[in-house]
Amino acid sequence: MAEEVKVFGRWTSPFCCRVEIALRLKGVPYEYIEEDLSNKSPLLLEYNPVHKKVPVLVHGGKPIAESLVVLEYIEETWRRNPILPEDPHRRAMARFWTKFIDEKCMPIMWKSLWSEGEMQLKLMEETKENLSILERELNSKKFFGGNSIGLVDIAASFLSCWTEVLQEVAGISLFGEAKHPILFKWANEFMSSDAVKVCLPPKDELLSHFRAMKEGMSATKAGQN
Amino acid sequence: MAAVGGEEVKLLGAWPSPFVMRPRIALNLKGVGYEFLEEVFGVKSELLLKSNPVYKKIPVLIHAGKPICESMIIVQYIDEVWAAKGSAILPADPYDRALHRFWAVYIDDKWFPSLSGISRAQTEEAKAEAVEQVFAGLKLLEEAFEKCSKGKGFFGGDTIGYLDIALGCYLGWLKVTEKMTGIKFLDEEKTPLLVGWGERFCADDAVKGVMPETNKLMEFFKVLQAKFKAASAK
Repeated sequence: MAEEVKVFGRWTSPFCCRVEIALRLKGVPYEYIEEDLSNKSPLLLEYNPVHKKVPVLVHGGKPIAESLVVLEYIEETWRRNPILPEDPHRRAMARFWTKFIDEKCMPIMWKSLWSEGEMQLKLMEETKENLSILERELNSKKFFGGNSIGLVDIAASFLSCWTEVLQEVAGISLFGEAKHPILFKWANEFMSSDAVKVCLPPKDELLSHFRAMKEGMSATKAGQN
Repeated sequence: MAAVGGEEVKLLGAWPSPFVMRPRIALNLKGVGYEFLEEVFGVKSELLLKSNPVYKKIPVLIHAGKPICESMIIVQYIDEVWAAKGSAILPADPYDRALHRFWAVYIDDKWFPSLSGISRAQTEEAKAEAVEQVFAGLKLLEEAFEKCSKGKGFFGGDTIGYLDIALGCYLGWLKVTEKMTGIKFLDEEKTPLLVGWGERFCADDAVKGVMPETNKLMEFFKVLQAKFKAASAK
């Protein structure tokens, strides 16, 4: 009998989405538990005492945290539809690009969306450069993983609806068909694949969520002046 | 120097870097010979810029002409390519592997920045906070050691593993920080298991030749600090 799989997540988080995409790709049934991050459940605090964050995967009662660690665990535990290639050098490259996404692409893009003035312009430039680097890596492949979705594609899932929504909320343009046509094509291909589309949050709800977040931040700033 | 199968292995690095130590330990564990190409401090070689255009950082492993970057990614690569040689670096069980990976990320993202934050602290308050974070981290790592080692000498069990490499490479810099601050971070009373582990790690054949002497590191650190002060004074 297969051991129970649970995912503790937040619907607005691209990191949690990664875990769900991987499980769907591999046809692994799981129970999803939505966390209210302003009121974390005792279970979450028990399963991830170090960071107290989502996502957390719990398999047969054993918790694993940190989305990329979870993805590697999923890959090693359920072998169907592999998300990493067999060749060690290609595996190392996939891990490299995944780390690049997590350490450079995502945080700098996130900061650029929420900053202002000179700082925002600088971060926007850096984001566009990072996306160009990613685009060069994708080259003429359908997915970063080749013909099928792989680890890097899953890590880059923030380039789907999140980037679209956040650019709209921030009123800036960082990523689009004109600027990064290859990556843009990839994003559409990625978003329309079966395993991915069921995991993505509804765009209009995500838009409302981040709009409210921005309004909250502006109100705090106004209150501070 | 050629490895098994005649495919050349080169490592671009520098002796003081804890990140460079990691693949060196891994290659030693596997009994794989390599050519060590020492980068000159402050000057990036053509080969480095060509092999790691994204980050322009060491270490870079070049195996049969192909570069691999990022220290723990290199360690995993070494474990996979030379799986049949030496001892396994990552454990066999997927959950144990996840634990090793989780703590390695914690060490790099949270613990080591706290440690290096001590010398960078501008105020006494900031310094005290960084010190507290280092101690808190060591306490967590002591518990992790108990869980991962399962009564054996290393996080990896009988032999040095992924998590041993991830943490152990920082022992030299930890000792430098202890000397500079007069604070004993690895304390018998607070973290006895880690104290024993630290001694075993440094004494291991795979580590001995690549762990820099604390005095040498101290001197290097003083040079670094002086350069940093001079640069910020300009």
